[in-house]
Amino acid sequence: MSKPGLYMDGVSVVFDGFRALNNLSLIVDPGELRAIIGPNGAGKTTMMDVITGKTRPTAGTVRFGDADLTRMDEARIANLGIGRKFQKPTVFDALTVFENLELALKAPRDPWSCLRWALGGEARKRIETVMEEIGLSARAGDPAAILSHGQRQWLEIGMLLMQDPDLLLVDEPVAGMTDQETEHTAALLRRIAGTRSVVVVEHDLEFVRALNSRVTVLHEGTLLSEGSIDTVQNDPRVIEVYLGR
Amino acid sequence: MSATTAPAGTTRGIPARQILRGAILIAILLLALLPLLNHLPADSAFRVSDFTVAVTGKWICYAVLALAIDLAWGYAGILSLGHGAFFALGGYAMGMHLMRLIGPRGVYGHPVLPDFMVFLGYRELPWYWLGFDHFPYAILMAMVVPGLLAFVVGYLSFRSRITGVYFSIITQAMTYALMLAFFRNDMGFGGNNGFTDFKQLLGVPLNTQGARAGLFYAALALLAGSLVLCRHIVGTKLGRVLVAVRDAESRVRFLGYSVTAFKLTVFVLSAVLAGLAGALYVPLVGIINPGEFAPGNSIEAVIWVAVGGRGTLIGALLGAFSVNALKTWLTSVAPDLWLFVLGGLFVAVTVFLPRGLIGLFRSAAK
Ligand SMILES: Nc1ncnc2c1ncn2[C@@H]1O[C@H](COP(=O)(O)OP(=O)(O)OP(=O)(O)O)[C@@H](O)[C@H]1O
Ligand SMILES: [Mg+2]
Repeated sequence: MSKPGLYMDGVSVVFDGFRALNNLSLIVDPGELRAIIGPNGAGKTTMMDVITGKTRPTAGTVRFGDADLTRMDEARIANLGIGRKFQKPTVFDALTVFENLELALKAPRDPWSCLRWALGGEARKRIETVMEEIGLSARAGDPAAILSHGQRQWLEIGMLLMQDPDLLLVDEPVAGMTDQETEHTAALLRRIAGTRSVVVVEHDLEFVRALNSRVTVLHEGTLLSEGSIDTVQNDPRVIEVYLGR
Repeated sequence: MSATTAPAGTTRGIPARQILRGAILIAILLLALLPLLNHLPADSAFRVSDFTVAVTGKWICYAVLALAIDLAWGYAGILSLGHGAFFALGGYAMGMHLMRLIGPRGVYGHPVLPDFMVFLGYRELPWYWLGFDHFPYAILMAMVVPGLLAFVVGYLSFRSRITGVYFSIITQAMTYALMLAFFRNDMGFGGNNGFTDFKQLLGVPLNTQGARAGLFYAALALLAGSLVLCRHIVGTKLGRVLVAVRDAESRVRFLGYSVTAFKLTVFVLSAVLAGLAGALYVPLVGIINPGEFAPGNSIEAVIWVAVGGRGTLIGALLGAFSVNALKTWLTSVAPDLWLFVLGGLFVAVTVFLPRGLIGLFRSAAK
């Protein structure tokens, strides 16, 4: 079975008369890596809210494969295979790094299964592999509360990997990371894409260039430009509203 | 998962956790001795009075209620200010059983109907009283009725994402509404007098040393069982999801967990435990009336947990015993002061001891 793609058409979100998204259309193919840029308030996070069920669109279609995402709640959408990393990293402070990853690990999500859950060797290995990947192996037993901002970013990326989703929505992943970590993140996302779709929102253009992917520019809730990083960087409309400033 | 737990505080090499565990074990053993000491001759220095046994038994039931509240509040962040209602409903279920066991020994001597029904002119037993002559049925109802109420209130609230103080207010309203309902004579629950003058339980006459000891041990067993169950739950992935719900409810949804299902599970379980506690409480104190639904009762129980330290289970027990000990002592020397002390205690704990007595102990152990 082929993996599903993301299809948004004519999506609008209105908050008290303010159009956060305005007739936005976007298609992300299965396995595609897509970068989204745009000035503050362009609607990038709102777009992710709509895809993940946090915000209901005022109008428009949002589909993931055959599934109509506008009719589902957050948990169902997540179980469909859509994972999200938030702009403000949100991890569970009272739980350890290991436990955070364990909660994210793909497994039955009902209370009864969680009560009966026993961590098997394979699951442990997966968690350890991801901890290695995100550089937090030495912090396995530390509560997430004492991690630095960058480490929290990593932990949330790790949780995303544990979910093993078909579509990853990654909102500003490299804020608070060192140059080296930023490079590592770009490499990681490039590697993940291919077997699954990845949508990355980021302001850091160096990072976006490193992703080496198609770029979509949002402005005032609509699509302003789309193409390779060089194409959009030379698009006069983009230069006017975003890059020129 | 020893590999992933943070190291506990230590005193001279002994982990604080083990000191605590030892203290609990000793406390339970000492409690278990009380009914035995009650059998000593009256002039013995170690004799424990009937009153002490009865009062301690009552506290044990309160401790189970506190444990139930802590499971929902301390772990899942569900602050119920209506747990007194679940406790009282469990109590009423047991009360109905005890009333039916009175049989023809009532003042009016009716073979089936309790005195208050004869007095109110009932011709026959209301349908919802049927079955309560059987002990297992009464115990079942002491769990099912609170559980069902918690399910309905919880489902409607959690599904609509009513959280925090709004949920607390709903649960206060729930217990208040039940109090008003149970005060009514036409409800068939004895109106404001409730049930009392119980004669026997499981063939044993109440108000005897043996019955008191039996009830005491039953309550102690319930407490130990509840503690083991709660400990087990919070140690599983279910418990960790609950903590995650407490700290970042919406984030849990994006991981694919149904927050409603988890909250409902813990809330219903908590209500069932509270109901069982109430069911054991009633034969111990010999009376149940609508006053048990008073909103203040539920608030007081939450204060026990806050004082002991929420989210620790042991703290709930510590809080229930210490606050009630204080109350028993204070109401004998200065009864008018109690509410002020209780309020002051709550404020003081919130401001100075946000992690409760247990937090104090833990930082002292470090
Ligand atoms: N719940 C809400 N209610 C009202 N307005 C909102 C809400 N959510 C977002 N907005 C508004 O919608 C607009 C788009 O916000 P959004 O967060 O999607 O922008 P963004 O592109 O992610 O910006 P940034 O780069 O700063 O993260 C902003 O003007 C914001 O104030
Ligand atoms: Mg944003």
